[in-house]
Amino acid sequence: MEATTYNYKVVRQFTVMTVVWGIVGMLVGVLIAAQLIWPTFTEALGPLAPYLSYGRLRPLHTNAVIFAFGGCGLFAASLYVVQRTCQTRLLSDGLAAFVFWGWQLVIVLAAVSLPLGLTSGKEYAELEWPIDLLITVIWVAYAVLYLGTIMIRKTQHIYVANWFFGAYIITIALLHLVNSAELPWILGGDTTLMGMFRSYSAYAGVQDAMVQWWYGHNAVGFFLTTAFLGMMYYFVPKQAGRPIYSYRLSIVHFWALNFIYMWAGPHHLLYTALPDWAQSLGMVFSLMLLAPSWGGMMNGIMTLSGVWHKLRTDPILKFLIVALSFYGMSTFEGPMMSVKTVNALSHYTEWNIAHVHSGALGWVAMITIGSMYYLIPRLFGREEMYSTRLINVHFWWSTIGVVLYIAAMWIAGVAQGLMWRATNDDGTLTYSFAQSVSAMYPFYYVRLIGGTMFFAGMLLMAYNMWKTIAAGKAVNDARIPEAVHA
Amino acid sequence: MIEYAVPDFVSDFWHYYIAGLAILGILFSLWILKSQTTAKLAQGEKAELLHHAWDGDLQELNNPLPRWWMWLFYGLIAFGALYLVLYPGLGKFNGVWNWSSGGAWKAEKDAVDAEFNKVFEPFKGKDLATIAADPTANAMGKRLYLTYCSQCHGSDATGAAGKFPDLTDKHWLFGGSPEAIKASISGGRQAEMPGGLAGDEQGAKEVAHYVLALGGKPHDAAMAAAGKGKYAACAGCHGDDGKGMPDASFPNIVDDAWLYGSSVAAITETIVKGRVGGMPAQQAALGDDKITLLTAYLMSLSKK
Repeated sequence: MEATTYNYKVVRQFTVMTVVWGIVGMLVGVLIAAQLIWPTFTEALGPLAPYLSYGRLRPLHTNAVIFAFGGCGLFAASLYVVQRTCQTRLLSDGLAAFVFWGWQLVIVLAAVSLPLGLTSGKEYAELEWPIDLLITVIWVAYAVLYLGTIMIRKTQHIYVANWFFGAYIITIALLHLVNSAELPWILGGDTTLMGMFRSYSAYAGVQDAMVQWWYGHNAVGFFLTTAFLGMMYYFVPKQAGRPIYSYRLSIVHFWALNFIYMWAGPHHLLYTALPDWAQSLGMVFSLMLLAPSWGGMMNGIMTLSGVWHKLRTDPILKFLIVALSFYGMSTFEGPMMSVKTVNALSHYTEWNIAHVHSGALGWVAMITIGSMYYLIPRLFGREEMYSTRLINVHFWWSTIGVVLYIAAMWIAGVAQGLMWRATNDDGTLTYSFAQSVSAMYPFYYVRLIGGTMFFAGMLLMAYNMWKTIAAGKAVNDARIPEAVHA
Repeated sequence: MIEYAVPDFVSDFWHYYIAGLAILGILFSLWILKSQTTAKLAQGEKAELLHHAWDGDLQELNNPLPRWWMWLFYGLIAFGALYLVLYPGLGKFNGVWNWSSGGAWKAEKDAVDAEFNKVFEPFKGKDLATIAADPTANAMGKRLYLTYCSQCHGSDATGAAGKFPDLTDKHWLFGGSPEAIKASISGGRQAEMPGGLAGDEQGAKEVAHYVLALGGKPHDAAMAAAGKGKYAACAGCHGDDGKGMPDASFPNIVDDAWLYGSSVAAITETIVKGRVGGMPAQQAALGDDKITLLTAYLMSLSKK
């Protein structure tokens, strides 16, 4: 018999875990921001201290916010959106449950293995081979679940949000498989406890670096951009109550984004041993990327035309639109930083940290938070969140927090870059490295304050969610409407 | 002869593969943009609302591409194409400007070196003592020190206990003459003291007291007496009087310079486990002139 209701259970599970992992990941972020000011304060923990050292917590932070917080947000949004816009129930409830529990297992394994020091050493792909294999299985299940649901859709056309989610799912599979190709030590006969979980990369030297940053930048491109644009394409028009601004624009920027993003990786390796031709191609395509990136921002923001006044009263819309503004800003900044001469100043400085966080907090986190505030009451049978006022407070804490964070890191980064390159007339360096480190202190304090504000906002969200859930009841009977064919 | 920076990919196939894909990527962007380029809306004309709807009320308008955005995209594509004509990018094609990062680096380095040579000119051929007394040379030496030496020896050159020697005291492990200091910087130094030569922990402790006694420092007389015989194993390098042989890298152990600590416990540990120290050679990286300036600077720091 054909299903008449949507599967809200998996969406609900992922939504709640988005908030939970957001709190965990950002708490670790606050902790390592503090370590940069007081490098030894975790040493008071004695035998526990090695597990909480900066080098181990930093990948834990990035993995937790990107793949646990961001990942759960994307699973929740994509599995909700694909059902609602295909007007059909998910292909399989069992597969949905498998994806949810599998992904939580990956997160827990990451939270255990990274503090233990088990890492492949590849940024944003630190997890070791047994976890990589598990991720592969879950991702294939997710792809079958998602794309299978599109196959059985009741609507004629595939809604634009699904193009973006689809591109993200296919590309992440490709990126993960290629970059995580590795040779487990156990195949060479290493059966020590830690050796069993470790591996060598399948690539060597500069080729390994290139594969890593082809992966690394496309993780930004397809996980943190394309997928969240999918989120934007559903929740912005829904919350604004307006049609998408331009179908035509979405075609151009979708295809151009996919085509051009794939090339941008080498801009992480400018002025390195990477061949000149690869560096140039990386820079050229990164610059061209500005237009397709801004296409998404335009399509989101212009969707508001006619209802701008809603921004005054609707804090969820504020989250979504401010997210798009940060998206526009960081996708301008990115191409600019990939210009070789700018990169000569910005590379290896705190400017990178500013750039990443204007994208990760300003865009990814804020669009996710806005979308989750939209989802939570609908999933728990409430008209709206427990407190709209708290959403508003959350919005301002987050916004001020991000601005403090990135402004501090911008100034810090430019100062660092200028100090490193300053030379005297005899050709010697004006500043020693230690001087550039000690110049960072004031900015690190401001960053810690900004980051803490953003984190505190997540606690408000958790409270607001808790009260909403307590007053509501899980919705499992959302009826699928008849698809209307034009 | 084509130089491939990635020597595994030596077939010309890769050149065409890279150049071909890059050009196709640009042409594709151009085509997709062109295919969606339409006339502006006329005055008062409303954008078309597409018919299909999803999830109740989700719909799409079909506004033309925003003009400024469209021209931005065309402009960026044109810039990209131009850049790939001028600079290396399309496989083995070097670009009409024949630019290379190696060439750019060399030009920059040559400019900096020329600058430095100009400033160093007055000091060429002068002896180290004269250079050490010159305030300009001193300032340059200090800046070189902060760039190249401070990572280990510290911003104030007092070193780090147990790791890197203090350069401001009057003690020099490898000789304090200008020539010896210069040799330490340019050629680097290796020093190794073997462990376990004085028997067990107790034996080492006794030798430690004897060493302190040799240097006229507070010690336990009974322990020192017991250690005297065992010190024979040490005397080969450090000498019967403990003054060492600086020229052969064997340190004086009766002065006040104790890199690895002067407590009984620290000396005992040194004797039991041995120590390995080293300073990397700088000749290839810095060249003679900069090393001369550094030597002069260190001479001015050292309390004679």
